[in-house]
Amino acid sequence: MRLLPYGPRAVLAEYDTLAEVMAVSDALRSANLPGVDDVVPAARTVLVHHQMVDRAALERLLVPSSAAPQATGPIVEIPVVYDGVDLADVAEATGMPIDQVVEMHSSVTYSAAFLGFTPGWAYLVGLPKPLHLPRRPTPRTAVPAGSVAIASEFSGVYPTTSPGGWNLLGHTTTTMFDASRHKPALVVAGDRVRFVAE
Amino acid sequence: MIEIISQGIGSSFQDLGRPGYKHLGVGRSGAADGPSHTLANRLVGNAESAATIETCGGLSLRLLDHAVVVVTGARGVLEVRHGPPIAVNGVAHLPTGSEIIMRSPGDGLRYYLAVRGGFEVEPVLGSRSFDTLAGIGPRLAAGDRVAVGADPHSPMVADFASPHPWATHIDISEGPRRDWFTDEAWASLIAVGYVVSPTGNRVGARLSGPALERRQRRELPSEGLVEGAIQVPPDGQPIVMLADYPVTGGYPVIAVVAPSHVPSVAQARPGTTLRFRHSAG
Repeated sequence: MRLLPYGPRAVLAEYDTLAEVMAVSDALRSANLPGVDDVVPAARTVLVHHQMVDRAALERLLVPSSAAPQATGPIVEIPVVYDGVDLADVAEATGMPIDQVVEMHSSVTYSAAFLGFTPGWAYLVGLPKPLHLPRRPTPRTAVPAGSVAIASEFSGVYPTTSPGGWNLLGHTTTTMFDASRHKPALVVAGDRVRFVAE
Repeated sequence: MIEIISQGIGSSFQDLGRPGYKHLGVGRSGAADGPSHTLANRLVGNAESAATIETCGGLSLRLLDHAVVVVTGARGVLEVRHGPPIAVNGVAHLPTGSEIIMRSPGDGLRYYLAVRGGFEVEPVLGSRSFDTLAGIGPRLAAGDRVAVGADPHSPMVADFASPHPWATHIDISEGPRRDWFTDEAWASLIAVGYVVSPTGNRVGARLSGPALERRQRRELPSEGLVEGAIQVPPDGQPIVMLADYPVTGGYPVIAVVAPSHVPSVAQARPGTTLRFRHSAG
């Protein structure tokens, strides 16, 4: 773990693995340390927004101690039409036929590691290794809402039409985020997700 | 009630924002110049959390009832039709039918208009701020009629506040990815002025100047951002994150603006040269 400076009201901790990130952000949320406003886990970092805070206690919580919690949240099923514009490119990059890419992407249970980028955007882990591909070299200026995509070790669904550089495999009509719902984000950290091919 | 006659530029309802929703990917938002927002509310006796209207100018509105109003933030000439004249930072009691016309300010970028009782627009996730990046919160458009809240029955202790000068030097401390940049880049950020570009918005103030060169060329996995973070995209032109900054970002952060100087950045007009000064974080 490495602590990085981030001004007087935040600290950024960097880790080697996403598992450590998830363990630390889980511990921070349970500890509910006074003065901590928000905890923002990401792929290899945890950002803590804070006011006056017991710095020593905070730094102790940033050291990963327990093993990463197993996702035990509810399973959310997301129906997908696999018609993404990048399917052919993904098939070529992985050396698999398209139907095998689809089969692989829809055969596993993902878990939501954290949310970020735009409201309701859940970074889903559990993507099979052969599908770990970099982002597209040039991001698109507008990816349609509902696009189901992969990049690096993650899969995700674009909640709204937004710029983006992920590889698009298909689309869903499921609404990922609606601020007027009791539960605005369909998927929150700890939930499990299955993509169901339609 | 008030009626929006003309929406103007960059006009939106704002309050103190919606902290505590970052786990859903929802940022804080809120007034880009927080102290001017809270000053406006204090002058008319509102709670600091009451909604104000933030605008870069071009906004005009009509009072459908008499109201106590104040405009803070940027400085410029305010016009009132069918009512007595008003000045920035001065509390005004305006009769029914008054029209307030706000043109582009002469100094600063964002006005804050508060009305005693606050604007009673519908809160979303506990806040009346419109987040321009996420598209969340109450919208403001010409023709809208907006309710004003009940009189808070609180004292109004001053009818004028002296204008607070903007910072001429912006204090920064080292950011988490300072070591991704060359020493020349850091020296340039401190020594050379960076000019505010006209393409900025509530998400970030875009600056132009000598490109900040990286020594670390690999891709950064997205990580959390803070207000005032100075992000550097591949073109080397820095962006200072303002109120509607995304929860996470994918470009390295070279430095962080001191929280007390973020409002001065938010008020810097395009063409202004910002001079940064290294202060301990």
